[in-house]
Amino acid sequence: MTVADNLLYTKDHEWAKIDGDKATMGITDFAQHSLGDITFIDLPKPGAKVKQSEWCATVESVKAASDIYAPLSGEVLKANTQLTDHPELVNKSAYEAGWFAVIKIADLGEKNKLMNSTQYKEYIQGLSK
Amino acid sequence: MNYIPHTESEIKEMLKVIGVASVEDLFKHIPGELRPKSFNIPEGKSEFEVVEYLKLLSRKNATSLVDFVGGGFYDHYIPSAVDALACRSEFYTAYTPYQPECSQGWLQAIYEYQTVICELTGLDVSNASLYDGGTALYEAAMMAVRLTGRKKIIVDSGVSLIYRTMLYSYTSNLSIEFVETPVVHGQSCREDIYKHLDDHTAAVIVQNPNFFGAVDDFSDIVERVHKSGALAIASVYPVSLGLLKSPGEMGVDIATGEGQSLGIPLSFGGPYLGFIAVKKEHMRQLPGRIVGVTVDKDNKRGFVLTLQAREQHIRRERATSNICSNEALCALRALIYTSLLGKSGFQELARLNYQKAEFAKTTLDKVSGVKVKRSAPTFNEFTICLPKNADEVVYRMINKGFACGFPLGRFYKGLDNYLLVAVTEKRTKEEIVQFANSLEAALCN
Repeated sequence: MTVADNLLYTKDHEWAKIDGDKATMGITDFAQHSLGDITFIDLPKPGAKVKQSEWCATVESVKAASDIYAPLSGEVLKANTQLTDHPELVNKSAYEAGWFAVIKIADLGEKNKLMNSTQYKEYIQGLSK
Repeated sequence: MNYIPHTESEIKEMLKVIGVASVEDLFKHIPGELRPKSFNIPEGKSEFEVVEYLKLLSRKNATSLVDFVGGGFYDHYIPSAVDALACRSEFYTAYTPYQPECSQGWLQAIYEYQTVICELTGLDVSNASLYDGGTALYEAAMMAVRLTGRKKIIVDSGVSLIYRTMLYSYTSNLSIEFVETPVVHGQSCREDIYKHLDDHTAAVIVQNPNFFGAVDDFSDIVERVHKSGALAIASVYPVSLGLLKSPGEMGVDIATGEGQSLGIPLSFGGPYLGFIAVKKEHMRQLPGRIVGVTVDKDNKRGFVLTLQAREQHIRRERATSNICSNEALCALRALIYTSLLGKSGFQELARLNYQKAEFAKTTLDKVSGVKVKRSAPTFNEFTICLPKNADEVVYRMINKGFACGFPLGRFYKGLDNYLLVAVTEKRTKEEIVQFANSLEAALCN
C-alpha cells in the first residue's frame, strides 16, 4: 500500500492535494484496498457545498457501501465523471486517475487538522497492529 | 415456506432467555388505553351466531351492481388460475422473504414481474413493486428531487386527486413546491406547463389516460422538460399499454402506476400494487427492492437482491426510501395474470376495452340530454355531461342495478353534472344497451 508524499490525509482515509485556493480530493490506497473491488461511486455534485469531516460521497464495493467525508470545507467545482463508468480507476490509481472532486477551499486554516504523509503512514501502521 | 408452529416448551425457553414472564408481557409497553379491548361484538355469543351476524352485515354491501365505475381502479376479469397459483402456501406472503436468496422461486417470480413491468412501460429497470399507485408516484417525485437537486414539481391536474393528495401529504415537511396546471378540453395544457417550467423544476408529472379518460402523447412535453434539465414522470394505466404508446416511447424518465387491474380484485383501499420503472441512468435512485439474475460458482443461473446499497439497512438515513419490502403477493398476481394473457392476449384485452368503450360512447350519445365529451381520444373511460347533478343520477342508477360511474364534481369544482364512465372487457353489449336505457329513464323523472 502506498502513501503519496505530497498529499494531506484524514483519519477516515481521504486525501487532499492543495493547489492555491483549490484542493483535489480522493480516497487513499489503504482505503481502496480495504474496500475491495469498487463497483459504483456516488460523486460529489458540482455546485454542492461540503464541510470538513462531513459526508460528500458514497463508494459501493463488493464488500460494503461506505461514506466518504470531505477533507476540507468548500464548494465542489468539478467531479471526476470518468469514475461513473470506470469506478475501478480508484482501485488502480487512488491518488491520480481515481481522484473524486475538486473543491474551492473555504478556509485554508482547516488544513492544520489534516495529517502529512509521514503522520498518515504512522497512523495506518497503528491501525494494522 | 411452510408454517411451523412453536411448541409450548420452545416459547417458554425463548421467554426465559429474554427474561420475560409471558407473551402478553411483550406488549406491556403499549399503554392499556391504546390496546384493543374488544371487536365491538356482543359478548357471550357463539361462533355460529357471530358468523350469522357478520353475514347479515355483509348483505348491506351492494355486490351485484353492473360496474361502470373506474377512476383509477377497474373491474377486470380475473382468471381462476390467478387465485389457484397465488394462494399456494410456498408463495403466500405479502413480503419479500427475509432470507431472500433461500427463496429462489420467489425471487424468480419477482424478477419476471419486473421484466413484465419493463416491457409494458418500455423502460429499463423496475423494482420489486411498491404499495400502490399513489406511493409509487410519490417515490418517483422524490427520485426526481434527488436526481436534479431541485425542489419544484409541476403536476398536471389530470393526475388523479387521490395521487395528488398523497404527494402533498407525504411531502408536507419537505419544503417541496408544487404547481398545478389546468386541463383544457380534456388534455394537459402545454402553454401552462411551459410557463412554469424553469431551472428550479425537478419534474413534470402527467397521467395517461388522465382522470377524465383522455389519452395523450406527451412526447412534446417530455422534450421541453428535458431541455430545462428536469425529469418527466408519467402515471399510467397498465391495461392501456396493450394499445397505447408506452412511457418509454415518449421518452419519459419514470413511469408509475396502479397495478390493481392486473389480476387483483377491487376492494376498499387494497391491498393494491404500485409499480415503478425507470431509465437505466436513474436506477441508483430507484427505491425499494430489486431482484437481479446472476450465475453461481458452477455457472448455474440464480436470483439475488441487487443494488442493495440504495436501501435502508445499508445506507441508513441516506437510503433512497424507507421502503425495504414490496407488495410481493400482489406483484405475483400481476405476473400470473399477464403470463396467462401473453403478449397477444394482452393486446387483445386492451383492444376489447377500447372497442367496448367506443360502443358505449355511441350508445350513450343517443340518450336524450346526455352529451359525450369528444374533445380528446379515450381508452376505456370517458366523460359524459348530464342534464342534472351526477351524484343524484348515481343514486337513481343504483336502484336500477348499475354502478354508473364516478361523479367528477367530487374531485373537480364546477363539474357537478359530469360523470366519468368506465367500460372494461367484462361489460357485454346487452349491459351497455341496458345501461343507456336505464340512464334515459333515470334522467326523465
